[in-house]
Amino acid sequence: MAIIEAQGLSKCYGEQRVVDALSLSVPEGICWGLLGPNGAGKTTFLRMLTGNTSPSAGSLRVLGFPVPGKAVELRRHIGVVPQQENLDVDFSVVENLRTYASYFGISRSRLQSRIPELLKFAALESRAGSPVTALSGGMQRRLSLARALVNEPKLLILDEPTTGLDPQARQLIWQQLRALRARGMGLVLTTHYMEEATRLCDQVTIMDHGRILDSDSPQKLIARHIEAQVIEVYGKGLDSWHGVRGEALAERFERVGDTCFYYARDERPLLDALRGHPELSYLHRPANLEDVFLRLTGRELRDA
Amino acid sequence: MPDSLLSGRAMRWLPVWRRNLRVWFKLAGPALVGNFGEPLLYLLALGYGLGSLVGIVGELPYLVFLASGIICSSALFTASFEGMYSAYTRMAVQNTWEAMLATPLDVGDIVLGELIWGASKSLISAAAILMVAAALGAVDGWRALWALPAIFAAGLCFTAMALVIAGLAKNYDFFLYYNTLFVTPSLLLGGVFFPMEGLPPAVRAVAEWLPLTHTVAIVRPLMTGTALSGVAIHLLILMFYGGFAYLLATLLIRKRLRG
Repeated sequence: MAIIEAQGLSKCYGEQRVVDALSLSVPEGICWGLLGPNGAGKTTFLRMLTGNTSPSAGSLRVLGFPVPGKAVELRRHIGVVPQQENLDVDFSVVENLRTYASYFGISRSRLQSRIPELLKFAALESRAGSPVTALSGGMQRRLSLARALVNEPKLLILDEPTTGLDPQARQLIWQQLRALRARGMGLVLTTHYMEEATRLCDQVTIMDHGRILDSDSPQKLIARHIEAQVIEVYGKGLDSWHGVRGEALAERFERVGDTCFYYARDERPLLDALRGHPELSYLHRPANLEDVFLRLTGRELRDA
Repeated sequence: MPDSLLSGRAMRWLPVWRRNLRVWFKLAGPALVGNFGEPLLYLLALGYGLGSLVGIVGELPYLVFLASGIICSSALFTASFEGMYSAYTRMAVQNTWEAMLATPLDVGDIVLGELIWGASKSLISAAAILMVAAALGAVDGWRALWALPAIFAAGLCFTAMALVIAGLAKNYDFFLYYNTLFVTPSLLLGGVFFPMEGLPPAVRAVAEWLPLTHTVAIVRPLMTGTALSGVAIHLLILMFYGGFAYLLATLLIRKRLRG
Protein backbone atom coordinates (compact mmCIF):
# COMPACT_ATOMS: atom_id res chain seq x y z
CA MET A 1 0.00 0.00 0.00
CA ALA A 2 1.15 3.55 -0.72
CA ILE A 3 1.38 5.83 2.31
CA ILE A 4 0.80 8.86 0.11
CA GLU A 5 -1.21 8.79 -3.10
CA ALA A 6 -1.78 12.12 -4.87
CA GLN A 7 -3.64 12.57 -8.15
CA GLY A 8 -3.66 15.92 -9.94
CA LEU A 9 -3.29 17.73 -6.63
CA SER A 10 -3.35 21.53 -6.94
CA LYS A 11 -3.48 24.50 -4.62
CA CYS A 12 -4.11 28.01 -5.90
CA TYR A 13 -3.97 31.26 -4.00
CA GLY A 14 -5.74 33.64 -6.33
CA GLU A 15 -3.91 33.44 -9.65
CA GLN A 16 -0.88 31.74 -8.17
CA ARG A 17 -0.66 27.95 -8.47
CA VAL A 18 1.50 26.97 -5.52
CA VAL A 19 1.01 23.26 -6.13
CA ASP A 20 0.30 22.42 -9.74
CA ALA A 21 -1.34 19.11 -10.67
CA LEU A 22 0.95 16.99 -8.53
CA SER A 23 0.65 13.23 -8.95
CA LEU A 24 2.81 10.89 -6.92
CA SER A 25 2.84 7.70 -4.94
CA VAL A 26 5.08 7.03 -1.95
CA PRO A 27 5.45 3.38 -0.90
CA GLU A 28 5.31 2.47 2.79
CA GLY A 29 8.31 1.98 5.04
CA ILE A 30 10.64 4.34 3.21
CA CYS A 31 12.11 7.73 3.94
CA TRP A 32 10.90 10.09 1.26
CA GLY A 33 12.49 13.49 0.78
CA LEU A 34 10.82 16.46 -0.82
CA LEU A 35 13.35 18.93 -2.17
CA GLY A 36 12.88 22.29 -3.80
CA PRO A 37 13.92 25.94 -3.57
CA ASN A 38 11.99 28.39 -1.40
CA GLY A 39 8.51 28.84 -2.79
CA ALA A 40 8.54 25.50 -4.63
CA GLY A 41 5.36 24.40 -2.83
CA LYS A 42 6.89 21.98 -0.32
CA THR A 43 5.35 23.40 2.84
CA THR A 44 1.96 23.80 1.16
CA PHE A 45 2.13 20.16 0.13
CA LEU A 46 3.01 19.09 3.70
CA ARG A 47 0.10 21.16 5.04
CA MET A 48 -2.18 19.36 2.60
CA LEU A 49 -0.92 15.99 3.89
CA THR A 50 -2.27 16.80 7.38
CA GLY A 51 -5.51 18.28 6.06
CA ASN A 52 -4.62 21.77 7.22
CA THR A 53 -4.70 23.22 3.73
CA SER A 54 -7.54 22.18 1.46
CA PRO A 55 -6.59 21.32 -2.12
CA SER A 56 -8.11 23.45 -4.90
CA ALA A 57 -8.28 20.36 -7.13
CA GLY A 58 -7.24 16.73 -7.26
CA SER A 59 -7.35 13.92 -4.74
CA LEU A 60 -5.09 12.89 -1.91
CA ARG A 61 -4.96 9.77 0.25
CA VAL A 62 -2.58 9.46 3.19
CA LEU A 63 -2.31 6.05 4.93
CA GLY A 64 -5.43 5.20 2.95
CA PHE A 65 -7.49 8.06 4.45
CA PRO A 66 -8.98 10.52 1.99
CA VAL A 67 -7.69 14.00 2.88
CA PRO A 68 -9.02 16.47 3.87
CA GLY A 69 -12.28 14.49 4.28
CA LYS A 70 -10.93 12.13 6.98
CA ALA A 71 -8.04 14.33 8.11
CA VAL A 72 -9.00 14.24 11.80
CA GLU A 73 -8.96 10.41 11.82
CA LEU A 74 -5.74 10.43 9.82
CA ARG A 75 -4.04 12.70 12.34
CA ARG A 76 -4.41 9.99 15.00
CA HIS A 77 -1.84 7.99 13.03
CA ILE A 78 0.71 10.60 12.00
CA GLY A 79 3.33 12.67 13.77
CA VAL A 80 4.43 16.14 12.68
CA VAL A 81 7.71 17.93 13.40
CA PRO A 82 7.17 21.51 12.27
CA GLN A 83 9.75 23.76 10.67
CA GLN A 84 9.20 26.45 13.27
CA GLU A 85 9.26 25.19 16.84
CA ASN A 86 5.80 25.34 18.44
CA LEU A 87 6.51 23.69 21.76
CA ASP A 88 4.47 25.01 24.66
CA VAL A 89 6.81 27.54 26.28
CA ASP A 90 4.67 27.68 29.41
CA PHE A 91 5.48 24.05 30.18
CA SER A 92 8.39 21.80 31.10
CA VAL A 93 9.65 18.98 28.88
CA VAL A 94 7.40 16.34 30.48
CA GLU A 95 4.41 18.67 30.63
CA ASN A 96 4.80 19.27 26.91
CA LEU A 97 4.61 15.55 26.24
CA ARG A 98 1.64 15.09 28.60
CA THR A 99 -0.31 18.02 27.21
CA TYR A 100 0.28 16.99 23.62
CA ALA A 101 -0.77 13.43 24.45
CA SER A 102 -4.02 14.81 25.88
CA TYR A 103 -4.88 16.21 22.42
CA PHE A 104 -4.89 12.60 21.19
CA GLY A 105 -6.93 11.43 24.16
CA ILE A 106 -4.12 9.09 25.24
CA SER A 107 -4.86 7.58 28.63
CA ARG A 108 -2.79 8.37 31.70
CA SER A 109 -1.82 4.74 32.23
CA ARG A 110 -0.55 4.30 28.69
CA LEU A 111 1.35 7.54 29.02
CA GLN A 112 3.06 6.41 32.23
CA SER A 113 5.16 3.90 30.32
CA ARG A 114 5.38 5.96 27.15
CA ILE A 115 6.96 9.10 28.62
CA PRO A 116 10.18 7.49 29.92
CA GLU A 117 10.64 5.82 26.51
CA LEU A 118 10.20 9.12 24.72
CA LEU A 119 12.58 10.95 27.06
CA LYS A 120 15.16 8.23 26.51
CA PHE A 121 14.73 8.36 22.75
CA ALA A 122 15.19 12.13 22.78
CA ALA A 123 18.14 11.88 25.21
CA LEU A 124 16.32 14.29 27.51
CA GLU A 125 15.96 12.12 30.64
CA SER A 126 17.99 14.55 32.72
CA ARG A 127 15.95 17.52 31.50
CA ALA A 128 12.48 16.11 32.16
CA GLY A 129 11.52 18.96 34.49
CA SER A 130 13.30 21.76 32.64
CA PRO A 131 11.25 24.55 31.15
CA VAL A 132 11.31 24.43 27.36
CA THR A 133 12.82 27.92 27.26
CA ALA A 134 15.93 26.59 29.04
CA LEU A 135 16.64 24.01 26.30
CA SER A 136 19.14 24.50 23.49
CA GLY A 137 17.95 24.51 19.88
CA GLY A 138 19.02 20.88 19.43
CA MET A 139 17.22 19.78 22.59
CA GLN A 140 14.05 21.61 21.54
CA ARG A 141 14.14 19.85 18.19
CA ARG A 142 14.60 16.47 19.90
CA LEU A 143 11.64 17.27 22.13
CA SER A 144 9.58 18.18 19.05
CA LEU A 145 10.53 14.82 17.57
CA ALA A 146 9.64 12.96 20.79
CA ARG A 147 6.35 14.86 20.97
CA ALA A 148 5.50 13.81 17.42
CA LEU A 149 5.96 10.17 18.46
CA VAL A 150 3.64 10.33 21.46
CA ASN A 151 0.77 8.67 19.53
CA GLU A 152 3.02 5.97 18.01
CA PRO A 153 2.47 7.23 14.46
CA LYS A 154 2.74 5.11 11.32
CA LEU A 155 3.96 8.12 9.37
CA LEU A 156 6.20 10.94 10.53
CA ILE A 157 6.25 14.26 8.66
CA LEU A 158 9.26 16.52 9.21
CA ASP A 159 9.61 20.01 7.73
CA GLU A 160 13.33 20.88 7.64
CA PRO A 161 14.16 18.81 10.73
CA THR A 162 17.78 19.93 11.13
CA THR A 163 17.74 23.54 9.92
CA GLY A 164 19.68 25.73 12.33
CA LEU A 165 21.23 22.86 14.31
CA ASP A 166 24.94 22.35 14.98
CA PRO A 167 26.65 19.27 13.47
CA GLN A 168 26.46 17.28 16.71
CA ALA A 169 22.73 17.89 17.09
CA ARG A 170 22.18 17.12 13.41
CA GLN A 171 24.05 13.80 13.62
CA LEU A 172 21.89 12.76 16.57
CA ILE A 173 18.64 13.63 14.74
CA TRP A 174 19.85 11.63 11.73
CA GLN A 175 20.54 8.60 13.92
CA GLN A 176 17.11 8.89 15.49
CA LEU A 177 15.38 9.14 12.13
CA ARG A 178 17.25 6.11 10.84
CA ALA A 179 16.24 4.17 13.95
CA LEU A 180 12.60 5.06 13.32
CA ARG A 181 12.77 3.97 9.71
CA ALA A 182 14.37 0.68 10.79
CA ARG A 183 11.26 0.10 12.93
CA GLY A 184 9.17 0.40 9.77
CA MET A 185 7.89 3.92 10.29
CA GLY A 186 7.31 5.92 7.11
CA LEU A 187 9.20 9.21 7.01
CA VAL A 188 8.46 12.25 4.89
CA LEU A 189 10.86 15.15 5.14
CA THR A 190 11.73 18.38 3.43
CA THR A 191 15.23 19.76 3.62
CA HIS A 192 17.55 22.27 2.03
CA TYR A 193 20.56 20.11 2.89
CA MET A 194 21.27 17.79 -0.02
CA GLU A 195 23.74 15.88 2.10
CA GLU A 196 20.94 15.17 4.56
CA ALA A 197 18.63 13.96 1.79
CA THR A 198 21.38 11.73 0.37
CA ARG A 199 22.07 10.16 3.75
CA LEU A 200 18.51 9.66 4.91
CA CYS A 201 16.21 9.29 1.94
CA ASP A 202 15.47 6.14 -0.02
CA GLN A 203 13.67 8.24 -2.55
CA VAL A 204 13.63 11.96 -3.23
CA THR A 205 11.36 14.14 -5.29
CA ILE A 206 12.68 17.45 -6.59
CA MET A 207 9.99 20.03 -7.19
CA ASP A 208 9.85 23.63 -8.31
CA HIS A 209 7.01 26.04 -9.08
CA GLY A 210 4.56 23.49 -7.73
CA ARG A 211 5.58 20.75 -10.14
CA ILE A 212 7.66 17.60 -9.90
CA LEU A 213 10.93 17.81 -11.83
CA ASP A 214 12.16 14.29 -11.10
CA SER A 215 11.81 11.51 -8.56
CA ASP A 216 14.10 8.59 -7.70
CA SER A 217 16.76 7.37 -5.29
CA PRO A 218 19.56 9.93 -4.77
CA GLN A 219 22.10 7.68 -6.52
CA LYS A 220 19.91 7.16 -9.57
CA LEU A 221 19.15 10.85 -9.81
CA ILE A 222 22.85 11.67 -9.75
CA ALA A 223 23.62 9.03 -12.36
CA ARG A 224 20.77 10.26 -14.55
CA HIS A 225 21.53 13.98 -14.53
CA ILE A 226 25.21 14.53 -13.76
CA GLU A 227 28.52 13.12 -15.01
CA ALA A 228 30.17 11.14 -12.24
CA GLN A 229 33.08 13.51 -11.56
CA VAL A 230 33.09 17.22 -10.82
CA ILE A 231 36.11 19.55 -10.74
CA GLU A 232 35.64 23.09 -9.50
CA VAL A 233 38.39 25.41 -10.74
CA TYR A 234 39.09 29.02 -9.78
CA GLY A 235 42.04 31.40 -9.79
CA LYS A 236 43.68 34.13 -11.85
CA GLY A 237 44.52 32.24 -15.04
CA LEU A 238 41.16 30.47 -15.29
CA ASP A 239 39.99 32.19 -18.50
CA SER A 240 43.05 31.34 -20.57
CA TRP A 241 43.30 27.78 -19.18
CA HIS A 242 39.62 27.26 -19.86
CA GLY A 243 39.97 28.35 -23.50
CA VAL A 244 43.00 26.18 -24.16
CA ARG A 245 42.33 23.08 -22.05
CA GLY A 246 39.29 22.97 -19.78
CA GLU A 247 36.54 23.47 -22.32
CA ALA A 248 37.84 20.73 -24.58
CA LEU A 249 38.49 18.15 -21.86
CA ALA A 250 35.17 18.31 -19.98
CA GLU A 251 31.93 16.81 -21.21
CA ARG A 252 30.12 19.80 -19.79
CA PHE A 253 31.06 22.94 -17.91
CA GLU A 254 29.29 25.70 -16.07
CA ARG A 255 30.67 29.12 -15.17
CA VAL A 256 29.40 30.55 -11.88
CA GLY A 257 31.05 33.80 -10.79
CA ASP A 258 34.80 33.24 -10.46
CA THR A 259 34.48 29.43 -10.51
CA CYS A 260 34.13 27.02 -13.39
CA PHE A 261 32.49 23.65 -12.77
CA TYR A 262 33.74 20.89 -15.08
CA TYR A 263 31.72 17.69 -15.36
CA ALA A 264 33.27 14.52 -16.74
CA ARG A 265 32.87 10.76 -16.63
CA ASP A 266 36.65 10.45 -16.46
CA GLU A 267 38.37 13.12 -14.42
CA ARG A 268 41.98 12.15 -15.22
CA PRO A 269 42.59 14.26 -18.39
CA LEU A 270 41.35 17.36 -16.54
CA LEU A 271 43.48 16.68 -13.47
CA ASP A 272 46.55 16.10 -15.69
CA ALA A 273 45.90 19.37 -17.49
CA LEU A 274 45.64 21.23 -14.17
CA ARG A 275 48.97 19.88 -12.97
CA GLY A 276 51.34 22.53 -14.40
CA HIS A 277 49.13 25.46 -13.26
CA PRO A 278 49.88 26.49 -9.69
CA GLU A 279 47.95 29.75 -10.25
CA LEU A 280 44.73 27.71 -10.41
CA SER A 281 43.05 26.21 -7.35
CA TYR A 282 40.73 23.28 -7.78
CA LEU A 283 38.53 20.85 -5.93
CA HIS A 284 37.82 17.40 -7.30
CA ARG A 285 34.81 15.53 -5.94
CA PRO A 286 32.19 12.98 -7.01
CA ALA A 287 28.93 14.40 -8.33
CA ASN A 288 26.28 14.84 -5.64
CA LEU A 289 22.62 15.58 -5.18
CA GLU A 290 23.27 19.31 -4.94
CA ASP A 291 24.59 19.26 -8.53
CA VAL A 292 21.36 17.55 -9.60
CA PHE A 293 19.28 20.02 -7.63
CA LEU A 294 21.00 23.06 -9.13
CA ARG A 295 20.87 21.59 -12.61
CA LEU A 296 17.13 20.98 -12.37
CA THR A 297 16.08 24.13 -10.52
CA GLY A 298 18.69 26.62 -11.76
CA ARG A 299 21.15 28.77 -9.88
CA GLU A 300 19.29 32.05 -9.58
CA LEU A 301 18.40 33.20 -6.05
CA ARG A 302 14.90 32.54 -4.74
CA ASP A 303 13.94 35.37 -2.46
CA ALA A 304 10.24 34.62 -2.60
CA MET B 1 -14.80 21.70 4.10
CA PRO B 2 -13.26 19.00 6.27
CA ASP B 3 -15.30 17.89 9.27
CA SER B 4 -17.93 20.03 10.84
CA LEU B 5 -17.65 23.78 11.15
CA LEU B 6 -17.86 23.91 14.91
CA SER B 7 -16.40 21.49 17.43
CA GLY B 8 -16.40 18.04 15.86
CA ARG B 9 -17.29 15.74 18.71
CA ALA B 10 -18.63 16.49 22.13
CA MET B 11 -15.92 17.20 24.73
CA ARG B 12 -13.07 17.41 22.24
CA TRP B 13 -12.68 21.00 23.39
CA LEU B 14 -11.78 19.75 26.86
CA PRO B 15 -8.01 19.19 26.31
CA VAL B 16 -7.74 22.74 24.94
CA TRP B 17 -9.47 24.10 28.04
CA ARG B 18 -7.36 21.90 30.33
CA ARG B 19 -4.15 23.09 28.71
CA ASN B 20 -5.06 26.69 29.52
CA LEU B 21 -6.08 25.72 33.05
CA ARG B 22 -2.67 24.07 33.60
CA VAL B 23 -0.90 27.23 32.48
CA TRP B 24 -3.16 29.25 34.78
CA PHE B 25 -2.26 27.01 37.74
CA LYS B 26 1.43 27.70 37.11
CA LEU B 27 0.81 31.42 37.39
CA ALA B 28 -2.02 31.20 39.90
CA GLY B 29 -0.19 33.17 42.59
CA PRO B 30 -0.03 36.55 40.85
CA ALA B 31 -3.35 35.87 39.14
CA LEU B 32 -5.15 35.40 42.46
CA VAL B 33 -3.50 38.44 44.04
CA GLY B 34 -4.90 40.41 41.10
CA ASN B 35 -8.31 38.75 41.29
CA PHE B 36 -8.71 39.55 44.99
CA GLY B 37 -6.59 42.67 45.29
CA GLU B 38 -8.00 44.77 42.45
CA PRO B 39 -11.67 44.63 43.43
CA LEU B 40 -10.73 45.10 47.07
CA LEU B 41 -8.90 48.33 46.22
CA TYR B 42 -11.70 49.58 44.00
CA LEU B 43 -14.40 48.76 46.50
CA LEU B 44 -12.51 50.34 49.38
CA ALA B 45 -11.42 53.47 47.51
CA LEU B 46 -14.50 54.14 45.40
CA GLY B 47 -17.07 52.39 47.58
CA TYR B 48 -16.15 54.25 50.73
CA GLY B 49 -14.44 57.32 49.23
CA LEU B 50 -16.88 58.15 46.46
CA GLY B 51 -19.66 56.49 48.44
CA SER B 52 -19.37 59.09 51.20
CA LEU B 53 -20.19 61.78 48.63
CA VAL B 54 -22.83 59.83 46.74
CA GLY B 55 -24.61 58.19 49.63
CA ILE B 56 -27.52 56.11 48.42
CA VAL B 57 -28.02 55.12 44.75
CA GLY B 58 -31.57 54.07 44.09
CA GLU B 59 -32.22 52.21 47.29
CA LEU B 60 -28.65 50.84 47.67
CA PRO B 61 -25.61 52.12 49.56
CA TYR B 62 -23.00 53.05 46.93
CA LEU B 63 -20.60 50.29 47.99
CA VAL B 64 -23.32 47.69 47.42
CA PHE B 65 -24.29 49.27 44.09
CA LEU B 66 -20.66 49.36 42.97
CA ALA B 67 -19.80 45.79 44.01
CA SER B 68 -22.61 44.39 41.88
CA GLY B 69 -21.35 46.43 38.92
CA ILE B 70 -17.63 45.68 39.26
CA ILE B 71 -18.28 41.94 39.23
CA CYS B 72 -19.78 42.41 35.74
CA SER B 73 -17.08 44.72 34.40
CA SER B 74 -14.41 42.31 35.63
CA ALA B 75 -16.08 39.58 33.57
CA LEU B 76 -15.88 41.89 30.56
CA PHE B 77 -12.22 42.73 31.16
CA THR B 78 -11.10 39.20 31.96
CA ALA B 79 -12.90 37.66 28.98
CA SER B 80 -11.79 40.38 26.57
CA PHE B 81 -8.15 40.12 27.62
CA GLU B 82 -8.21 36.33 27.38
CA GLY B 83 -10.03 36.29 24.04
CA MET B 84 -7.80 38.93 22.49
CA TYR B 85 -4.28 39.08 23.92
CA SER B 86 -3.93 35.56 25.28
CA ALA B 87 -5.71 33.80 22.43
CA TYR B 88 -3.82 35.86 19.85
CA THR B 89 -0.53 34.94 21.54
CA ARG B 90 -1.41 31.25 21.31
CA MET B 91 -2.57 31.62 17.70
CA ALA B 92 0.01 33.93 16.13
CA VAL B 93 3.04 34.14 18.43
CA GLN B 94 3.52 30.81 20.22
CA ASN B 95 1.79 28.78 17.48
CA THR B 96 0.09 26.67 20.14
CA TRP B 97 -2.94 26.20 17.90
CA GLU B 98 -0.78 25.11 14.99
CA ALA B 99 0.66 22.37 17.21
CA MET B 100 -2.89 21.33 18.16
CA LEU B 101 -3.89 21.15 14.50
CA ALA B 102 -1.29 18.44 13.91
CA THR B 103 -3.32 16.25 16.31
CA PRO B 104 -6.92 15.02 16.02
CA LEU B 105 -8.16 18.43 17.24
CA ASP B 106 -9.80 20.71 14.71
CA VAL B 107 -10.26 24.48 14.54
CA GLY B 108 -13.79 24.19 15.95
CA ASP B 109 -12.51 22.31 19.01
CA ILE B 110 -9.86 24.94 19.64
CA VAL B 111 -12.27 27.88 19.38
CA LEU B 112 -14.80 26.18 21.66
CA GLY B 113 -12.10 25.32 24.19
CA GLU B 114 -10.86 28.91 24.20
CA LEU B 115 -14.42 30.21 24.49
CA ILE B 116 -15.22 28.10 27.53
CA TRP B 117 -11.82 28.91 29.01
CA GLY B 118 -12.38 32.67 28.70
CA ALA B 119 -15.75 32.29 30.43
CA SER B 120 -14.12 30.14 33.11
CA LYS B 121 -11.59 32.86 33.83
CA SER B 122 -14.42 35.38 34.13
CA LEU B 123 -16.00 33.03 36.62
CA ILE B 124 -12.80 32.75 38.68
CA SER B 125 -12.46 36.52 38.86
CA ALA B 126 -16.18 37.00 39.65
CA ALA B 127 -16.00 34.42 42.44
CA ALA B 128 -13.08 36.32 43.99
CA ILE B 129 -15.01 39.60 43.82
CA LEU B 130 -18.07 37.98 45.30
CA MET B 131 -16.01 36.84 48.28
CA VAL B 132 -14.49 40.29 48.73
CA ALA B 133 -17.91 41.91 48.42
CA ALA B 134 -19.39 39.45 50.92
CA ALA B 135 -16.58 40.17 53.36
CA LEU B 136 -17.37 43.89 53.07
CA GLY B 137 -21.04 43.19 53.68
CA ALA B 138 -22.02 44.30 50.17
CA VAL B 139 -23.96 41.15 49.29
CA ASP B 140 -27.53 40.21 50.08
CA GLY B 141 -27.38 36.62 51.28
CA TRP B 142 -26.91 33.30 49.46
CA ARG B 143 -29.04 34.33 46.51
CA ALA B 144 -25.98 36.24 45.32
CA LEU B 145 -24.42 32.92 44.27
CA TRP B 146 -26.87 32.90 41.35
CA ALA B 147 -24.84 35.76 39.94
CA LEU B 148 -22.08 33.29 39.06
CA PRO B 149 -23.91 31.34 36.31
CA ALA B 150 -25.06 34.67 34.91
CA ILE B 151 -21.44 35.85 34.88
CA PHE B 152 -20.41 32.63 33.12
CA ALA B 153 -22.99 33.27 30.40
CA ALA B 154 -21.75 36.85 30.04
CA GLY B 155 -18.16 35.55 29.98
CA LEU B 156 -19.05 33.31 27.01
CA CYS B 157 -20.50 36.31 25.19
CA PHE B 158 -17.54 38.61 25.89
CA THR B 159 -14.94 35.95 25.04
CA ALA B 160 -16.66 35.15 21.75
CA MET B 161 -16.66 38.84 20.80
CA ALA B 162 -12.98 39.17 21.72
CA LEU B 163 -12.12 36.06 19.68
CA VAL B 164 -13.61 37.76 16.63
CA ILE B 165 -11.18 40.62 17.17
CA ALA B 166 -8.27 38.20 17.68
CA GLY B 167 -9.26 36.47 14.43
CA LEU B 168 -9.02 39.79 12.60
CA ALA B 169 -5.89 41.15 14.30
CA LYS B 170 -2.53 41.47 12.56
CA ASN B 171 -0.76 42.69 15.71
CA TYR B 172 -1.42 43.57 19.35
CA ASP B 173 -2.04 47.26 18.57
CA PHE B 174 -5.21 46.31 16.74
CA PHE B 175 -6.84 45.50 20.10
CA LEU B 176 -6.76 49.18 21.06
CA TYR B 177 -9.64 49.80 18.62
CA TYR B 178 -11.81 47.33 20.47
CA ASN B 179 -10.68 48.54 23.87
CA THR B 180 -11.41 52.16 23.05
CA LEU B 181 -14.53 51.68 20.97
CA PHE B 182 -16.18 48.89 22.94
CA VAL B 183 -14.67 47.91 26.28
CA THR B 184 -14.24 51.40 27.76
CA PRO B 185 -17.69 52.67 26.62
CA SER B 186 -19.20 49.52 28.09
CA LEU B 187 -17.47 50.13 31.39
CA LEU B 188 -18.54 53.78 31.53
CA LEU B 189 -22.07 53.46 30.17
CA GLY B 190 -23.12 49.95 31.19
CA GLY B 191 -24.33 50.91 34.66
CA VAL B 192 -21.27 49.78 36.60
CA PHE B 193 -20.43 53.07 38.37
CA PHE B 194 -23.72 54.93 38.11
CA PRO B 195 -27.27 54.13 37.01
CA MET B 196 -27.93 54.73 33.34
CA GLU B 197 -31.12 56.59 34.13
CA GLY B 198 -29.08 59.80 34.46
CA LEU B 199 -27.63 59.60 30.93
CA PRO B 200 -28.88 61.82 28.08
CA PRO B 201 -31.45 59.91 25.96
CA ALA B 202 -29.13 59.51 22.93
CA VAL B 203 -26.29 58.08 25.02
CA ARG B 204 -28.73 55.93 26.90
CA ALA B 205 -30.03 54.50 23.64
CA VAL B 206 -26.49 53.33 22.88
CA ALA B 207 -26.02 51.97 26.38
CA GLU B 208 -29.17 49.86 26.02
CA TRP B 209 -27.45 47.90 23.28
CA LEU B 210 -24.33 47.04 25.24
CA PRO B 211 -24.11 43.43 26.43
CA LEU B 212 -22.62 44.68 29.71
CA THR B 213 -25.83 46.61 30.42
CA HIS B 214 -27.79 43.37 30.23
CA THR B 215 -25.26 41.56 32.38
CA VAL B 216 -25.60 44.22 35.09
CA ALA B 217 -29.38 44.04 34.76
CA ILE B 218 -29.32 40.38 35.79
CA VAL B 219 -26.44 40.36 38.25
CA ARG B 220 -27.23 43.48 40.30
CA PRO B 221 -30.65 42.33 41.52
CA LEU B 222 -29.26 38.87 42.30
CA MET B 223 -26.43 40.28 44.40
CA THR B 224 -28.33 43.07 46.12
CA GLY B 225 -31.71 41.45 46.66
CA THR B 226 -33.59 44.02 44.60
CA ALA B 227 -36.39 43.10 42.20
CA LEU B 228 -35.30 41.00 39.24
CA SER B 229 -37.17 41.36 35.97
CA GLY B 230 -36.79 40.50 32.32
CA VAL B 231 -34.12 37.84 32.89
CA ALA B 232 -35.13 35.93 29.76
CA ILE B 233 -34.78 39.01 27.56
CA HIS B 234 -31.40 39.94 28.99
CA LEU B 235 -30.12 36.38 28.59
CA LEU B 236 -31.46 36.19 25.05
CA ILE B 237 -29.62 39.35 24.12
CA LEU B 238 -26.37 37.97 25.57
CA MET B 239 -26.96 34.70 23.72
CA PHE B 240 -27.61 36.58 20.51
CA TYR B 241 -24.37 38.55 20.73
CA GLY B 242 -22.41 35.56 21.94
CA GLY B 243 -23.81 33.09 19.41
CA PHE B 244 -23.25 35.36 16.47
CA ALA B 245 -19.72 36.24 17.62
CA TYR B 246 -18.91 32.56 18.22
CA LEU B 247 -19.87 31.59 14.67
CA LEU B 248 -18.02 34.54 13.19
CA ALA B 249 -14.90 33.90 15.30
CA THR B 250 -14.85 30.25 14.21
CA LEU B 251 -15.14 31.22 10.56
CA LEU B 252 -12.45 33.89 10.79
CA ILE B 253 -10.00 31.72 12.70
CA ARG B 254 -10.63 28.73 10.45
CA LYS B 255 -9.92 30.86 7.39
CA ARG B 256 -6.79 32.24 8.99
CA LEU B 257 -5.32 28.91 10.12
CA ARG B 258 -6.33 26.92 7.05
CA GLY B 259 -4.97 29.44 4.55
